[in-house]
Amino acid sequence: MAITTDNAPAPPVAGKPGATSTGRAGDKIFLGLSQGSGILLLVIMASIAVFLTYRASLALAENEGNFLTTFDWNPAGDPPVFGIAVLLFGTIVSSIIAMVIAVPIAVGIALFISHYAPRRLAAPLAYVVDLLAAVPSIIYGIWGALFLVPYLEGLNSWLDEFLGWTYIFEKTEVGVARSLFTVGILLAIMILPIVTSVSREVFLQVPRMNEEAALALGATRWEVIRLSVLPFGRSGVISASMLGLGRALGETMAVATVLSPSFVISLHLLNPGGGTFAQNIAAKFDEANELGRDALIASGLVLFVLTLLVNGAARLIIARRKEYSGANA
Amino acid sequence: MAKRIDVSGLTAYYGSHKAIDDISMTVEPRSVTAFIGPSGCGKSTFLRTLNRMHEVTPGGRVEGKVMLDDENLYGKDVDPVAVRRTVGMVFQRPNPFPTMSIFDNVAAGLRLNGSYKKNQLAEVVERSLKGANLWNEVKDRLNKPGSGLSGGQQQRLCIARAIAVEPDVLLMDEPCSALDPISTLAIEDLISELKERFTIVIVTHNMQQAARVSDRTAFFNLAAVGQPGKLVEIDETERIFSNPSVQATEDYISGRFG
Amino acid sequence: MSNVIQDATPAQAVTGPGKDTLSQRHLPRWAPAGFAAVSVALGIGIGAGAGLQSRIQWGLISAALFVVISYVVTSTVENRRQAKDRLATSVVWVCFLLAVIPLLSLIWTTVSRGMKVLDAYFLTHSMAGVPGFEAGGGVYHALIGTLEQVGLATLVSAPIGLLTAVYLVEYGKGALAKAVTFFVDVMTGIPSIVAGLFILSIMLIAGLAPSGLMGALALAILMIPVVVRSTEEMLKLVPNELREAALALGVPKWRVILKVVIPTAIGGITTGVMLAIARIAGETAPIMLLVFGSQLINTNPFEGAQSSLPFYIWEQYKVGSEASYDRAWAAALVLIAFVMILNLVARGIARWKAPKTGR
Repeated sequence: MAITTDNAPAPPVAGKPGATSTGRAGDKIFLGLSQGSGILLLVIMASIAVFLTYRASLALAENEGNFLTTFDWNPAGDPPVFGIAVLLFGTIVSSIIAMVIAVPIAVGIALFISHYAPRRLAAPLAYVVDLLAAVPSIIYGIWGALFLVPYLEGLNSWLDEFLGWTYIFEKTEVGVARSLFTVGILLAIMILPIVTSVSREVFLQVPRMNEEAALALGATRWEVIRLSVLPFGRSGVISASMLGLGRALGETMAVATVLSPSFVISLHLLNPGGGTFAQNIAAKFDEANELGRDALIASGLVLFVLTLLVNGAARLIIARRKEYSGANA
Repeated sequence: MAKRIDVSGLTAYYGSHKAIDDISMTVEPRSVTAFIGPSGCGKSTFLRTLNRMHEVTPGGRVEGKVMLDDENLYGKDVDPVAVRRTVGMVFQRPNPFPTMSIFDNVAAGLRLNGSYKKNQLAEVVERSLKGANLWNEVKDRLNKPGSGLSGGQQQRLCIARAIAVEPDVLLMDEPCSALDPISTLAIEDLISELKERFTIVIVTHNMQQAARVSDRTAFFNLAAVGQPGKLVEIDETERIFSNPSVQATEDYISGRFG
Repeated sequence: MSNVIQDATPAQAVTGPGKDTLSQRHLPRWAPAGFAAVSVALGIGIGAGAGLQSRIQWGLISAALFVVISYVVTSTVENRRQAKDRLATSVVWVCFLLAVIPLLSLIWTTVSRGMKVLDAYFLTHSMAGVPGFEAGGGVYHALIGTLEQVGLATLVSAPIGLLTAVYLVEYGKGALAKAVTFFVDVMTGIPSIVAGLFILSIMLIAGLAPSGLMGALALAILMIPVVVRSTEEMLKLVPNELREAALALGVPKWRVILKVVIPTAIGGITTGVMLAIARIAGETAPIMLLVFGSQLINTNPFEGAQSSLPFYIWEQYKVGSEASYDRAWAAALVLIAFVMILNLVARGIARWKAPKTGR
């Protein structure tokens, strides 16, 4: 803020013009930098779409099979043939299993921490859940493969025995439990902390006066939760679930370690086999030639679009519920 | 419906802090009793002990007896949920359930307590909204969210919600402090009507309001900050405001306090 | 007690149990513990009796029994509403236990199996010349790789993320800010493998070779949105009065941001960056695609293949021998320790340097 005497057009009033001119230049530079970063971010997003699409188009031009319906992945073959049918199926099925298991349990744990746990237990518990959300997925992966898979044998044969009539729990092939079902369970365990952590935060934000309104009507603890906590937290839980779903859809390592992949579609979820986008990329990358890599990029593009759709849907749901969520606080 | 409240030797704590000390009083049925006193004197705490809402605050604890006709609210087998069902409450800031429609807000308490046929429910909702002088303003938009109403309307919605379950007693914790004068007047009129059916206890900071709406007035005070609040006296409102028997009450009412 | 009782229609609903009298029969306070003990005993009994091997089944049976017993007993002794309340409570407890067991087992397995080969030798040697299926070797090269890649990613993403957040909070209005906000959200959802494929496609087009830098760029893409989000939150916590006070003194806006806003929020920003680092440090997929992995020490992240901790775990897992599993667990323990320490320190900073605004 030096007082500059040169090139001051008007008589300087206590050195102000000088100060503002450096201020203005600084303001411009700073605004440029920060706006530039924002624009760079948009450029990155755009180029992700453009580059992936470009490489994918190269691969699709060579593909002799139908990209959407082919049950095979052989871009190195003659003629090259690859398709995403199995991967799409496996990705969606394993993620659905994960969501079905994880979301109710996560909401339960979040409620436990926010409304049921003894106070002295609640704070450390929340802390532990947050830490668990940070455990890298590769560690979930090796734990799942080396520890969880053997433990799930019993549960699998049990499901087969008692729920085999539902078709989906019928186990028609022998083999260890390296199935889409196991993958779903592992993904559920993996996304549990993040879904819990976000839901808990939303539940804690429920205005005290909303809960007291229910209490004063003579509501039991559960009724308080049903009347004021869950309605208030619903959009938060949805966005937390979508966050978890996004992770489950794109998870690579935890699936790659646990699943024994095969290019079949089977609704017998307990049978080993199947595949997901990310797992397939990890498994096929090492041996892939250039066309093979482009083919994997093409499948990655589908995964990208899938996660975009999930995110967009989450955003829409939240935006639509906003008019209701605003407590008049 | 309306019942008599008989409090004896009631002391309430927040953790180890004693908030109010050894309070005894009687609240007559079908009357309005106002609690006045400086901030922090425990009148809101005392009000919340009357429907066992005090104990939902962490560390909240109560000793003593509160008889509702012939039942002790703090008796051994008494279910706090049943108490709150019998002793309704209206809060300082209007707190309708934000995600529910006006209709559902009023019906919320009823739905907790049993299954109703649709037309029965509609009947009770209409009766309660009429009772809260709100029916004419909202009858065309019962399915709109309750949070879309004005502050005064929201507060009357909360009163409708509270009286829909036909409580014996209605507690009001500074129900007008967040409202403008016109809404305040509407609520005060409503209180005078409601006392035909309910025992009403109201906490207020506004002495004119206490003088206007209440039949009896209780003055609370505390010896010093950090000391527990105490009941100084309770008497006919007219006498409290004209010729109280304790000097402190007169000082407070005439503004010569502190 | 007059008008409602005479009124025939609503009476049936209004005079439910608990209306006439406030008190009712109560289960003793130790009842839930009792239910739990009975159901666990029954669960073990049924499990052992039916010859079910897996403890998971025993646990599931006990959990189901606990929920059912709590509900049935409460609804007979107390009433249906209380029973529903009890049902919710027991379900919530079961959820908690159901989730805690696998998560604790994960931590316990990693720690107990990781301790086996984790020592100073392991931390200071690479895998050079060690056949994968034999014991020996260490994680040094992977540690170096992780530190360099994560460091580079932070150097790239922290300034971009910070400036973007400043733009959104201090300047952001209009369509551009809206677009940026939206795409930050979208970017948060990008799977790590897609970020890897993006850089891969650039490498294929430009003919670049795998290196630590390529991995770092992919990690930076994953890190930027996390940094933007957390920084944004922190900047929003800085009270407007502070900004206005400074602006009223005639200080230009950029200096207000640099000298007042950012210093006030710096604790939270640091925490956000560290949490973002912790998150990307465990990413395997981009490294697999872009850095290629190596058994040797390569301290130059700009040229040649490198390893990283998560990639090392994957590699050792794939070898599939007892010795390599041991190394995988040990590396997993190192990685968890790294991530946890970052987390703990970050949260510590957040607590110490929280903006003192009397929130």
